[in-house]
Amino acid sequence: MSSGVKSDTVENQLDRPPGASQGRGNSALRGRQATAEDLAKVRQIIGPADPERSLLLEYLHQIQDVVGSLRHCHLAALAECIRLSQAEVYEVATFYHRFQVAADDAAPIEPAVHICCGLPCQMAGADKIAAELETKLEGKFRIVRGACMGRCDCAPVTAVAANYLGHANAEAVQVALSAPDSSAIMTPAIDFYRYQANGGYDLLRQCLAGQRQKQQIIYDLTQSGLRGLGGAGFPTGRKWGLVAAEPGPRYLVVNGDESEPGTFKDRYYLERDPHRFIEGVLLAAWAMDAVEIYFYLRDEYPHLRALLQQEFARVTAMGLAVAPVRIRRGAGAYICGEESAMLESIEGKRGMPRQRPPFPSEAGLFGRPTLINNVETLYWARDAINAGAAWPDMRSFSVSGRVREPGVKHVSSGITARALIEDHCGGMLEGHDLAAFLPGGASGGILPANLADEAMDFGSLEPHGGLIGSAALIVLSQHDDIADVVGNLMRFFAYESCGQCTPCRVGTEKAVMMLNAGKAGTDGTALADLAGVMADASICGLGQAAASPLRCALRHFPGAIA
Amino acid sequence: MSGEIQFELDGIPAEAAPGESIWQVAARLGTTLPHLCHTEEIGYRADGNCRACMVEIDGERVLAPSCRRQPEDGMVVKTASDRAVQSRAMVMELLLSDQPPQIETHDPDALFWHWAEKQGVERIRFARRATAPKNDTSHPAIQVNLDACIQCNLCVQACREVQANDVVAMAGRGAGAHVAFDFDNAMGESKCVGCGECVRVCPTGALLPTDGAIVSDCQVDSICPYCGVGCQLTFHIRGERIVGVNGRDGPANHGLLCIKGRFGFGYVHSPERLTTPLIRREGVAKDNVAIDSANPLTHFREASWEEALARAAQGLTSIRDSHGGRALAGFGSAKGSNEEAYLFQKLVRTGFGSNNVDHCTRLCHASSVAALMETIGSGAVTAPFTDAMVADVILVIGCNPPVNHPVAATYFKQAVRNGTKLIVIDPNGRALKQYANWMLNLRPATDVALLNAMLHVIIDEDLIDHDFIADRTDNFAALAAHIQAFPPDAMSEITGVPAEDIHAAARTFATAERAMIFWGMGISQHVHGTDNARCLISLCLATGQIGRPGTGLHPLRGQNNVQGASDAGLIPMFYPDYRAVDDPAAQAKFETLWQTKLDPEPGLTVVEVTDAIHRGGIRGLYIMGENPAMSDPNLNHARTALGKLDHLVVQDIFLTETACYADVVLPATAWPEKDGTVTNSNRQVQLGRQALQPPGDARQDLWIIKQIANGMGLDWDHGGPREVFQEMRDAMNSIHGMSWQRLSDESAITYPCLHEGDPGEAVIFGERFPTNDGRAKFVPCDIVNPNELPDETYPMVLLTGRLLEHWHTGTMTRRTPVLDRLEPEAMAHLAPTDLDKFGLRAGDRICVQSRRGEIELTARLDIAVQPGTLFIPFCYAEAAANLLTNAALDPFGKIAEVKYCAVKITAR
Repeated sequence: MSSGVKSDTVENQLDRPPGASQGRGNSALRGRQATAEDLAKVRQIIGPADPERSLLLEYLHQIQDVVGSLRHCHLAALAECIRLSQAEVYEVATFYHRFQVAADDAAPIEPAVHICCGLPCQMAGADKIAAELETKLEGKFRIVRGACMGRCDCAPVTAVAANYLGHANAEAVQVALSAPDSSAIMTPAIDFYRYQANGGYDLLRQCLAGQRQKQQIIYDLTQSGLRGLGGAGFPTGRKWGLVAAEPGPRYLVVNGDESEPGTFKDRYYLERDPHRFIEGVLLAAWAMDAVEIYFYLRDEYPHLRALLQQEFARVTAMGLAVAPVRIRRGAGAYICGEESAMLESIEGKRGMPRQRPPFPSEAGLFGRPTLINNVETLYWARDAINAGAAWPDMRSFSVSGRVREPGVKHVSSGITARALIEDHCGGMLEGHDLAAFLPGGASGGILPANLADEAMDFGSLEPHGGLIGSAALIVLSQHDDIADVVGNLMRFFAYESCGQCTPCRVGTEKAVMMLNAGKAGTDGTALADLAGVMADASICGLGQAAASPLRCALRHFPGAIA
Repeated sequence: MSGEIQFELDGIPAEAAPGESIWQVAARLGTTLPHLCHTEEIGYRADGNCRACMVEIDGERVLAPSCRRQPEDGMVVKTASDRAVQSRAMVMELLLSDQPPQIETHDPDALFWHWAEKQGVERIRFARRATAPKNDTSHPAIQVNLDACIQCNLCVQACREVQANDVVAMAGRGAGAHVAFDFDNAMGESKCVGCGECVRVCPTGALLPTDGAIVSDCQVDSICPYCGVGCQLTFHIRGERIVGVNGRDGPANHGLLCIKGRFGFGYVHSPERLTTPLIRREGVAKDNVAIDSANPLTHFREASWEEALARAAQGLTSIRDSHGGRALAGFGSAKGSNEEAYLFQKLVRTGFGSNNVDHCTRLCHASSVAALMETIGSGAVTAPFTDAMVADVILVIGCNPPVNHPVAATYFKQAVRNGTKLIVIDPNGRALKQYANWMLNLRPATDVALLNAMLHVIIDEDLIDHDFIADRTDNFAALAAHIQAFPPDAMSEITGVPAEDIHAAARTFATAERAMIFWGMGISQHVHGTDNARCLISLCLATGQIGRPGTGLHPLRGQNNVQGASDAGLIPMFYPDYRAVDDPAAQAKFETLWQTKLDPEPGLTVVEVTDAIHRGGIRGLYIMGENPAMSDPNLNHARTALGKLDHLVVQDIFLTETACYADVVLPATAWPEKDGTVTNSNRQVQLGRQALQPPGDARQDLWIIKQIANGMGLDWDHGGPREVFQEMRDAMNSIHGMSWQRLSDESAITYPCLHEGDPGEAVIFGERFPTNDGRAKFVPCDIVNPNELPDETYPMVLLTGRLLEHWHTGTMTRRTPVLDRLEPEAMAHLAPTDLDKFGLRAGDRICVQSRRGEIELTARLDIAVQPGTLFIPFCYAEAAANLLTNAALDPFGKIAEVKYCAVKITAR
């Protein structure tokens, strides 16, 4: 180094570096990097297998089951494990009601007591129980008011972890909180052996043995006239045929996300006679050559998840497997009962309904042709195929509300509400007179008593603004205020809207706001216009159906809300 | 017309092309329906979620979104039915009910307000929600005003699908659905890379530039001046200032930009711009860079152009006349235009009288070019990076595209989403890791071992392309024999990469129908940089992965015009078009063209010039737009050399660290202030257009070069860039067919473009290689250790590189407030285990020392960094990483090993 030339050492640096900001930098990179500890923890929870994006909901459940909530640090680690962006993981985790997302430094989240706030439970006093528990359990438990839990025949219903209490009251909840968690798997009324002894699995065995033709099975099912019993009523045999004609690989998806308020028939059948359902599933998978069977079951039926896992394993062990069965757990989203939202959820995404076309029969799960059937539809499939054209036209009504004997009633499908109440439900409760009824849960509208002599079938109630849908009959009496009922239903739709389209996202919220303001603040024309845009311009059935309580109230109960 | 769909639109027969939506047909026929969640910008899908464009279709129970729904034969569509009109108005009323009033809102001219007015909503009957989200001003470039958000999802689509950055989410659900960054972080604290694509498409002003919506007087189409991707862009100008930038549909970017391209032009308007020629004050020592670039008059005095140019030219002339032409050297710039590069090298060759001309390619891909020239006869890429979209496998090695080539990285990420397999080989687990099917975290500088092991697998398992090897290559037998010494198990020990991963990556690459290799400085900046590149070339040749779409070799070029500057001859061993200076035929050609005798000896490279100054061989230097006082290795050595020069002329837009040593400083023009062509990494020559006048008395670079030339006795009468380009067409076969007019019309032309009208070739060498016999050559390589390995005294390995927000030596970006606010401070990135090991916490001040120098800076925790190494960006003058780096050279490319040296860390 020549003299006079100094080395640029630390002491000889520029005092003022170029650059305008002169600020201090971040000692970490922007955003969040998963730490080694969190990665190890998450890997330990979700297991060593190569993680799959489509299992995102399962992983979130697993982490929450272990940690108690979904901490940001674990979400970041999970994102890295499944090579997904943090944004996508967060979006899914915050979409579903049952996931509890929390900052790393948030206080531990108290365990929850869930109170069903479906219409039948609210009519049975859910608000009172919630208020009582909020006082008694303050600081120890969170009281979470939630959507229908599918046990409306024993309203009001509460849940502590996986323990669901019917005919609940605050004392019963407090007892349950101190009771040990029972994890024994229930025994169904008709178990595998009893089902088999009565001819169960004969049809499937004939199919597997090559004694029956696929085309013939689909033909017989078509002849039976069995229709989709999830609510839409599409002819089942035709649906099987449509999907079977598409190029493979094809999937079978079973919709067990029964969450239309007032509906509990799927639960009822699965608890009583699960193998009739399982045989139907396997027949469908066989008839359409499904490569995989997905069973999407709502998270509110944990006892059925355990039971069906066991029973599917049993039939597999008995040599009756047709395709691998994957049971997927919902996470608290009514919208996932909508078939395309359910497909999204099975793929590990938010339950956002897809727009048609294309239809799932052409491009469904993972973009492949997919047959989607409701639990009850498949429950009857065996009998419908066996009976063919002789299959009787029956419906399973889930009856709740002001009747003496609520429950699932399997009756002729043209029955009137009055006959169903009087002949099958022991009549109205003491002191209650029939004032109105909801023929199809929250989505089927509200009809006045003077329409109780109309046949309840596909197509017959539509002229009156009603819809049979999933056949959930909720019976109202003179003691039930229509404005409260409409308020309950609109709060439900607002709570369950996925938020994708404007008419439903904004419309349900505005309806609730307007109803909350009371009759004085309610503009009937505005509500009618709102119902119009929701019915006409929503993407899926949720937003379209959300208009019906408003429309029915304005039409059949003048003065009730506006 | 066949294939057209016949339907009825508002009572009139209409035709739709397959794929066309009802909205598009209606717009084409003169009815533009309202649209908020739908944009016609490239790359966006119609989601149909806002429901502002609903139409009625006969026979359908509900209305249909026209943006998404496609007509079918016989369909009867009504856009003006009462139901449709009422629905559209209701949607707008619902959205309006939650908006801030138009007079108070963030962008009253937003698309949303345009359509709101057209719907004729007179009265809003629904109450506004009780609470509106707080505005977020955490990001220096972007304001987030979610009170104006309508949940249209365009920003999510922009971030997730169009840019593949995936930071924006639509979190929550129902009325609680909201735009979130990562985990509901403030935007400025999220992983947001600030590309601004979301801002561009937001219809409401919920996302806006910090200074508000762009309002401009005029727009000028040009090219981005930062990296080698070469994004086409449009400058929005108001009052002689750039007030906004948007992407154009160029072949390399299709409308995309990164943060630098969109928000990185503050430097142009910096108060520190040089606006007057400067002459060094008498007696002021040339001994350090500690001169405030905002106040250079402590060391310099202002001068007229006449005086400064005379002083500059006389200084060079007198050295040439007394010590010969080889006592002078010139460093041109990869940031200038092709025309400037061409004239600059012509000045050195014809005016200085030697081939001592070089530029930053020496610190960039010199080794890659050496290997490519030697093996396949051409130094440029064989296929564009956009071909990643048609490749089955892409191998990305020794580069960090999301930081250094962000828009190219978008194509890589999109390709992976479309099913392309990605192999990433890098010591650090950086941003592409999330997309990689195989992430091979090798130890630094063990590339040859790893690549030889991959070749071993491919040859051992007979996954080679026998026909290609036989028909198109030589010397394979030597490679096959040589490679036997590099089995994956043994190489796994050296590289730290599990042998099964080596096997998997090798098989995936070799068995792909189409596979392509991308590499960067992690390959080239080593003493074995040429060997690294030779191995990559061997991989391609052995498997026949070259010469077809979706295959080939693509060294990602760093600077916006490093390709063009090299092509134009701004390198000491080549005339324009890579004609060797020691090839008598080439020499004869250029002596004729330039009508002068030329030096037949190759000149000195960048680092060699530094050494020659120390030895007294070089006495005068003309530097245009380069900053060796920051970018050269072993800066103490390089800076003392600059201080020793008898005469240094620096032409730049700022008083750079290099200019601190100058005798004469000439104020030049920034890219948006000039016309000219630049050539990107894809060999696409693109035309930039002047959008601004230079500030003060700053002058066009081309004019300055000509003045120096004429001052040194040359008699140049070139006009502007157009005339210079015309001369270049005669000098360079590769662009002979390109006319300025066509460049002006088409904005981009790919070379080789041999004759007028030649469309240019994107993918080359499908038939033969441009070698003497048309065949490519395998060159086997041995493992060569880095020049300086860690030891007890200097136990850590230093890797240097760039940050997304700062460009190269920071001259431009540190003077761009938006960018500097994001990364204002020099940081050493360290693995958490190393922080623990040295008893440090993130945020501590540390001293990093090598055998050559030391710097003080702040420790940053970075999980992506491999333990035992640290990463320091070289853009910070106050802690210049190159004070530490090693100037040891690759013997072939003469590139310095700035990617590897031994250092020690101490707490301050």
